[in-house]
Amino acid sequence: MAKNILSVRHLKKYFEAHKAVDDISFDISKGNIFGLLGPNGAGKTTLLRMITGIFYPDEGEILFNGAPFIATKDISRIGYMPEERGLYKKMKIGEQILYLAQLRGMSYTEARQKALFWVKKFELYSWWNKKVGDLSKGMQQKVQFISTILHEPHLLILDEPFSGLDPINTNIIKEEIFDLAKKGTTIIFSTHRMEQVEEICRNIVLVNKGRKILDGPIDQIKQDFKKHEFSVTLAEIPEEIPGRETGSFLIEKVQGQTLIIKLKEGKSNNEVLQYFMQKGYTIHNFREILPSINEVFIECVEATSREDESQFIQQAVA
Amino acid sequence: MHKTWLIIQREYLSRVKKKSFIILTLLVPLIIAAFIGIQIFLVTGGNKETQHIAVIDESGMFSGKLKDGQQLFFTFLGDKSPQTFVTQYEKTGYNGLLVIPRFDLNNPDGFVYYSKHQLGLGPYAYITGRLNNVIEDQRMIAAGIDKEKLAGVKADVSLLQPGAGASGQSKDNTGYATYASTAVGYICGFFIYFILLIYGTQVMRGVAEEKTNRIAEVLVSSVKPFQMMIGKVVGIAGVGLTQFLIWIFLGLMVFFALGSLAPSLAHQAGNLQQMQQMGSAGNARIAEAMSKVQDVILLLPVTEIILCFLFYFLGGYLLYAALFAAVGSAVDQDMTESQALTLPITMPLVISFLIMFNAIQQPNSPLAVFCSIFPVSSPLVMMARIPFGVPWWQLALSILLLIVGILLTIWIAGKIYRTGILMYGKKVTLKELGRWAFRKE
Repeated sequence: MAKNILSVRHLKKYFEAHKAVDDISFDISKGNIFGLLGPNGAGKTTLLRMITGIFYPDEGEILFNGAPFIATKDISRIGYMPEERGLYKKMKIGEQILYLAQLRGMSYTEARQKALFWVKKFELYSWWNKKVGDLSKGMQQKVQFISTILHEPHLLILDEPFSGLDPINTNIIKEEIFDLAKKGTTIIFSTHRMEQVEEICRNIVLVNKGRKILDGPIDQIKQDFKKHEFSVTLAEIPEEIPGRETGSFLIEKVQGQTLIIKLKEGKSNNEVLQYFMQKGYTIHNFREILPSINEVFIECVEATSREDESQFIQQAVA
Repeated sequence: MHKTWLIIQREYLSRVKKKSFIILTLLVPLIIAAFIGIQIFLVTGGNKETQHIAVIDESGMFSGKLKDGQQLFFTFLGDKSPQTFVTQYEKTGYNGLLVIPRFDLNNPDGFVYYSKHQLGLGPYAYITGRLNNVIEDQRMIAAGIDKEKLAGVKADVSLLQPGAGASGQSKDNTGYATYASTAVGYICGFFIYFILLIYGTQVMRGVAEEKTNRIAEVLVSSVKPFQMMIGKVVGIAGVGLTQFLIWIFLGLMVFFALGSLAPSLAHQAGNLQQMQQMGSAGNARIAEAMSKVQDVILLLPVTEIILCFLFYFLGGYLLYAALFAAVGSAVDQDMTESQALTLPITMPLVISFLIMFNAIQQPNSPLAVFCSIFPVSSPLVMMARIPFGVPWWQLALSILLLIVGILLTIWIAGKIYRTGILMYGKKVTLKELGRWAFRKE
C-alpha cells in the first residue's frame, strides 16, 4: 500500500481564457487532515473537481492509492461535499440520504441501517420524513454531511463545510471530522477561513491564481514565516519606549507590562533575556510570536499579486 | 445501468407521488367533460334569450308566412301605424319592431328594425333569412315555378370511400368518417403539442433545479452526466405515460359505459314517449347520437391510432425533452434567461403545430407528407394524418427517421448537458451551445 492516498502531479486545467489550475503538485498522506487554501477564484474548486472525477485534467496525473485515478472505479472511495449545498429541496431527508448512498453503490438495507445511525447521532431522526426545504440551513448541512460520509469514503473532500453553521453545529461537525481522521479517513478541507485551518489541519497547500505558492506542515510553515518577534511580559511597567534599539533587538511596541521586540539577525534569545535581567526586571513571560496562517496567507497572496503586476508592467514596457 | 435505473425511479416517483400530479390527472378529464357539457348545454338550449318582435306589414305579403324560430316570435299588428307604434312597442312588451314597407318585388328595400339593442348575429341572420325566403317564394309564384317540383330537383349526395384509411364503411355512416378523422386528428395533434411543451419544460426545469441547487455537482461525482440526463428524461416520460394511460383508460371506460347506456336510454325514451313527449324525445336524440358516434369511431383504425399515438408521443417527447434538458443545463440561476435559448426548440414546435392544421385539411399534400416524415415535425403532423390513412412506407420511414432523430438529438444534447451542468456564473449564448455540441473530445 502506498503511503500517500492521493498524489497530484503537474495538474493543469485551462478554461478558454484563463488558467484555472496551472501546474499544481502535492501529496496527501493517509489519515491526514489536509487544508487546501486560497482566495476566492484561486482554482480550489477546479482542483477538487479534478480529484473527484468531475473534470478531466488537461495535463498531469492524479494517483489514488499509488495507482492512476480512475473516476468510475475510485469514486466510491471518495466523499465530496461541495461548497454550495446539493440537495433536492422537495425530497424527504430519509429518501434523499438513501438515494445518494445507493448512487454511490451501497445496497438499500446497508444504506438505511447506516443512515439511521447517523441521523440519530445528529438528532435529525424526527425529521426523517420532512422535506429538505423545511429544514434550517444548519440541519441541511448536517444532512449533506451525512450523505457525504455514509459510504465510508477513504478520502473525504469538504469544501467550506462550516459556512452558515452556528458554533454548536460547527463543533459537532468538527468533532466528527477529527473522529473520522482518527479512524483513518483522509480529509481534504478546502476553505478561506484561516482560523479553522490552524485548528483542524496538519498540512496545507496554498494556491493562488491557479498556482501552488506554498505547501507543507503547518508547524513548519509557521517557522518558515516567523519574523523573529518576541513578546516579553515583565512584572512592572518598564521604562522602555518603542523604537529604542539595543545591541541585539529593537523594541517595536510597549503595551503595559508587555513589550514586543524584534531580534536582530544572528542574535540569540538569551541576549534578550540577559538585557532585561541586567536591568533588574522580573520576567513573567517570554515567548516567540509565530505568524498566524492568516498572516502567512495574506503575505503570500500579496507577494504573488505583486509579482504578477511587475510581470505585467515588464510585458507592457517590452 | 443500475444507477440510471435509480435515477429514473427517483424522477418518476418524486413526481407521481406529488399531490399536484394526482389532482391534475383527475382534474383534466373533469375539465374536458365540463367543457363538453357546457357546449352541449349551450347547443341544446339551456341558455335562451327569447325575443318577441312586433311586425307591421304594410305590403301585406308576409302575414302568417314569417315562421317563429326557437327563440324568436313574430306578432303581426296589422292595424297599427309605424310612426306611432315606434314609441310604444317597448311598453307593450316587444323587444323590437320590424316594419315592412310596401316594396317592389324586384328591388326589395326599406325594411326597418327598431330596437334599443342591436340584433345579435343569429337573430339577424334568422330574420333576414325568413324575409328572403318569403320574397323568393313570391318571386317563384310570379315567375310561374312550382315549388314542389323545385324541391324534387334538389340533390343530397354523400360519398362512399371504400379503400380509404377508414375501413368497412357502411352506407349509413358515409361521410361521418371524414368528420371523425378530422376530430381525432385535431385531438391527437393538440395533445402531442401540449405534452411536448408541458413535459419538455418540466425536464428543463428539473435540470435547471439540479444545476442551481448544486445537486448536479454531488451527483456527477457518482454518476455520469449522460446517465443523469437519460434518467431524468426517461423518468418524466414515465410520468407522462402514466398520466396518459390513466386518461385513455378513463376515456375508454366512459365511452363503453355510455355505449351500454345508450340502448337503455333509447328504450326508456320509447316507453315514456306518450307520457312525456318533449323530455324523452331529447333522451332519444342523445341516445341515437351516442350510438352514431360509437359506430363512427369504430370505423377509424382505432388500434393503429392508439399505437401510433403512444409511439409519436414518446418519440416526440424524447426528441424534444433531450433538447430541453440541454437548455436547462445551460441556464444559470435565472430561469428567465432560458427563454432566448428555448426559442429554437419552441419555434419548430409551433410551426409544426400550424402545419398540422393544414395537414388535417389536406392530409396528402406534399407539405403534409414531407412534414409527417421529417423527424422534428413528424410527431404532430403524422398524428394528424393517421386517422385519414397513411401508406405504410410513409409511416415506416417516418418512424425510422424519428428514431434516428432521437438518437442524434440525445447525442448532441448529452454533449451540451455535460458541459453546461457544471458551468456557473456565465450567461450562455446559443453560439456557445453550438460549440459545446460539436466540440471534439
